Amino acid sequence: MAEALTETKVPRARRSKVAAAIRELKKAPWSAWFGLIVLTAYVLVAVFAGAIAPYKEAEVVGDSYMEWSALYPLGTDQLGRDMLTRMIYAARNSMGIAFAATLFSFMTGGVLGIMASILRGWFDQAISRFVDALMAIPSLIFALMMLSILGPTAINLIIVIGVVDATRVFRLTRAVSMNVVSLDFVEAARLRGEKLPWIVFREIVPNILPPLITEFGLRYCFVFLTISSLSFLGLGLQPPTADWGLMVKENATLIIYGDITPLLPAGAIALLTVAINFVVDWFLHKTSGLRDGQ
Amino acid sequence: MGNDNLKQSTRAKGEILLEMRGVMIEGESDDVWHQIVKGVDITLRRGEVLGLIGESGAGKSTLGIAAMGFARPGCRFNGGSVTFDGIDLLAATDEERRKLRGSRISYVAQSAAASFNPAHRLIDQTIETATQHGIRDTSSAVADAKDLYGRLRLPNPTTIGSRYPHQVSGGQLQRVMTAMAMSCRPDLIIFDEPTTALDVTTQVEVLASIRAIVEEFNTAAIYITHDLAVVAQMAHRIMVLRHGKLVEEAPTREMLAEPKEAYTKSLWAVRKLAKEESTSPDLILKVDHIDAAYGNAVKILDDVSISVPRGRTVAVVGESGSGKSTLARVVTGLLPPSKGSVQFNGRDLPSALAQRDKESLRRIQMIYQSPDTALNPRHRVYDIIGRPLTFYHNLRGKALEARIIDLLKMIELDETYIDRLPGELSGGQKQRICIARALAAEPDLIICDEVTSALDQIVQEEILKLLLRLQAEFDISYLFITHDIATVRAIADEIVVMNQGKVVQQGLKTKVLSPPHPAYTELLLSSVPEMDPDWLTNLLQKRAAKTK
Amino acid sequence: MTLFIVSIVIFSLVEWLPGDFTKAILGQAWTPETGAAFEREIGLDQPPVTRYVNWIADVAQGDFGESFASRVDYRRTVAELIAPRLANTLFLASLTAIIAVPLALTLGIMAALYRNSLFDRIVNAATLTTISMPEFFMAYLLMLFLSVKLHWFPGLASVDADTPLPERLMRCALPTLTLTLVIVAHMMRMTRAAIINLLASPYIEMARLKGLSKSRVVLRHALPNAWAPIVNVIAFNLAYLVVGVVIVEAVFTYPGIGQLMVDAVTSRDIPVVQACALIFAATYILLNLTADIISIATNPRLLHPR
Repeated sequence: MAEALTETKVPRARRSKVAAAIRELKKAPWSAWFGLIVLTAYVLVAVFAGAIAPYKEAEVVGDSYMEWSALYPLGTDQLGRDMLTRMIYAARNSMGIAFAATLFSFMTGGVLGIMASILRGWFDQAISRFVDALMAIPSLIFALMMLSILGPTAINLIIVIGVVDATRVFRLTRAVSMNVVSLDFVEAARLRGEKLPWIVFREIVPNILPPLITEFGLRYCFVFLTISSLSFLGLGLQPPTADWGLMVKENATLIIYGDITPLLPAGAIALLTVAINFVVDWFLHKTSGLRDGQ
Repeated sequence: MGNDNLKQSTRAKGEILLEMRGVMIEGESDDVWHQIVKGVDITLRRGEVLGLIGESGAGKSTLGIAAMGFARPGCRFNGGSVTFDGIDLLAATDEERRKLRGSRISYVAQSAAASFNPAHRLIDQTIETATQHGIRDTSSAVADAKDLYGRLRLPNPTTIGSRYPHQVSGGQLQRVMTAMAMSCRPDLIIFDEPTTALDVTTQVEVLASIRAIVEEFNTAAIYITHDLAVVAQMAHRIMVLRHGKLVEEAPTREMLAEPKEAYTKSLWAVRKLAKEESTSPDLILKVDHIDAAYGNAVKILDDVSISVPRGRTVAVVGESGSGKSTLARVVTGLLPPSKGSVQFNGRDLPSALAQRDKESLRRIQMIYQSPDTALNPRHRVYDIIGRPLTFYHNLRGKALEARIIDLLKMIELDETYIDRLPGELSGGQKQRICIARALAAEPDLIICDEVTSALDQIVQEEILKLLLRLQAEFDISYLFITHDIATVRAIADEIVVMNQGKVVQQGLKTKVLSPPHPAYTELLLSSVPEMDPDWLTNLLQKRAAKTK
Repeated sequence: MTLFIVSIVIFSLVEWLPGDFTKAILGQAWTPETGAAFEREIGLDQPPVTRYVNWIADVAQGDFGESFASRVDYRRTVAELIAPRLANTLFLASLTAIIAVPLALTLGIMAALYRNSLFDRIVNAATLTTISMPEFFMAYLLMLFLSVKLHWFPGLASVDADTPLPERLMRCALPTLTLTLVIVAHMMRMTRAAIINLLASPYIEMARLKGLSKSRVVLRHALPNAWAPIVNVIAFNLAYLVVGVVIVEAVFTYPGIGQLMVDAVTSRDIPVVQACALIFAATYILLNLTADIISIATNPRLLHPR
């Protein structure tokens, strides 16, 4: 009897979650749908870049600055590489690096933020003051400075942007987590004699996840824009790696002749960030609405 | 009494001032509209005070504001009519309604601290209504405001107006707000729980001054509250609301003497509970000459000593700032005392939480005021009750599940609740789960911190009964922290009265509750409103006689 | 105080991070000997604390040291390099601020007051789109349409000290427009959120229930409490402007400090990078400090203590 209960219990909960998700999707506004579809398309292109792209990433296939044609759907760039191919590979490179950097910033900033909110005292003070100092330097400027010293490689880029961004993540996580830590159920767990890992992973993390997921989306946009900006300035991903920001820089001359091709990568960036913003907006609306309902 | 009846009858002859017919109001949350007020009729005559009583979510506050023809953002009228002195408020233009508001109908809010603009002096905010509606010029409005401050028995009525809201106390702010509402001599004032946020001793003064001024100017009023004893002092007639509908309506004395509906009776159910006191020489907890403070600030606890007999309930009573919750934090080890010791079961407890062993942690459990924050909203009942069972008693699998169902039965919930999240439970059910979580540890002592004050009256009674039953069954001791005397009567064997970090009095319940009292106990006990419409009048007379 | 910490951070970053910049600068001429000699020449052989004290003392007098890159042919001090460019950047930034701040505040307050109206929705959608675009995308779009297609404005903003004011304004039109669009979008959204937050407070509801006119509620009850949030929004966005300037200068090849910094980073000219970073950070801190002071000065709780 008891066994039957446990067996049916878990699937019941899970099924209702999937059903709830589908219900929510049906109710989602067009902007969220648009965002989700665009986002999925981008991810697919990024993951299967090698299979979709007509040529190789850095392969010179024709003359420089060729017009749009059947052979080269979006023409060629300043070295005669196929634009479409580079656009597709850039999706993989730019999105991948931005993702890695955001992940890095959440790992460091998030963990430190939770620790600071629980331990308080000198640990919190020391990290908070340090973060204040870092945040007093504009992030792009800070990144520029670090890269000037470290040199612009992909790994350095991830670390530098990750560190810069971790300060913001730290602040948010600390604030959100402080709110949860002060609640009675955390005190109840401490009075029970629970150890730190239980308190962090079972009591706090599940409750700060929704705002953090939202923030992940917004931070990702921000990181993405920062990396594109750096690449555009020539200090991000280095050629011959394809990157949307870099591609704009490389082909900017065409704009003076009224050719819109160099704007396509920039448009791709804008479309992606708009899509993420739409999805995040919807998610935000949903989670805050649920909180009111309770 | 005869005098009072006369007054009521002359008032009843007054012309009809406000007439609300079949008022429907709906509110939006999460894109869904749901009905808050479901067709209520109110008739109010000039100079009459109507009490609106109900529990949280009854729609009483929404209905009160609706009398001004106003719906809060996110709410809207969807039926009925509101007629004020012949004017149809719902059909009137915004401009017409605006002109009535403040001048002929005014409003006193629950949270005075939040409802005053922090950027302006009190006097400027008090006279603003009168000057803006063109009823008085500035100098006469200022003179009038000072006069009103005096009538409301505010200290330094001529100078208090030059202060900013954050510079005066909550009880004084509430009276300034009443003066503000009175400044245009309106026909009707809506009082929306004006004393709910105040301590009982402050509440008495505010109630007295509100009642006096409303009577003096023969103002009609709608007095909204959840406390029947309070409304009995203020209103001529009482309406009981539940789920946006009228339950019962009657003149105050009639309502108190013979309530008709079962729901109305349940509103003072807690006051009928009274535990037979008993004591025991076997002490489970002894707090010995404790001093405690947060950081290096002033002492919150000053030489506090109390003891809790095994299997009995000790109630710690006091107002905000008395140090009663800090005492709980010292006993649990969350705040190590700066002086003194805590003995449990005859042995000294380490003062800090981190130094206590699992066994002594298990023996002291805690239940909190707000079950909403005491339960992790992402854990299911299974995890919430199951965790202490696994943690302290190492139960797993089938044994664990069986024991959880056992505990659910003890708190009068059936096994279907095992899958629920706290968000899917009512307030009373959540508090039951908190009790089950404490029980799961099989403790000797449970510290109950205001466990009933966030709950509706009817649920309070159920929870108190449950706690009493569990005490009898398992010989658990309670350290029961509360500000509510009715709760104390219901559950305590012994009482500790605290004020400003010190123990004023302690002893058996009957001893503490019967005179002679130390001065503070006297003040505290006499300030608790009783279910007697003459209580406030009598109290004020008694106090006036004493000062003479 | 914060500036002091920041100066240490900026200095120590250069200090402790592994960067074999002697190699990068000397290029082909690098051998262990020339590298060591170069280090000695710029004082790298002294202990870090001594060098920090020297550096900060010089900076306090406006002396940022000498540029690495310029030393091959002729010596140029960093201050000499920066001064004219700083003036250019300040010109561009102030021009933007003068246009953007009033515009954004007006739009933001209007959107908050007429919340959920058609106006609010349109402005919201437009600003969300603007925020999502990289600055250089916006810059190139404007260049493409307003300069290349319509020939209204020059596409490049190369100015020097002798450019007369009208000409200078004309050339700065596109960079200013780009920055304005970006800043207005951010500032307007934040203003709107701050005002909506304010309008939800109980004392605003009280003012309405007192039957006060709409203008009085806004002007007398909302505005005095709005200064702190609004000033914070302005400071935050002007600080953001500092960053935006770097990109926009690069697109329009405007000779400002941002472009100088980018060039210096590319050539690893550390003293110039340090100086630029310090200037940017100082501006940033100064703006936030001003905002803090104004917030405190308008807070009645702090103005009138108990």
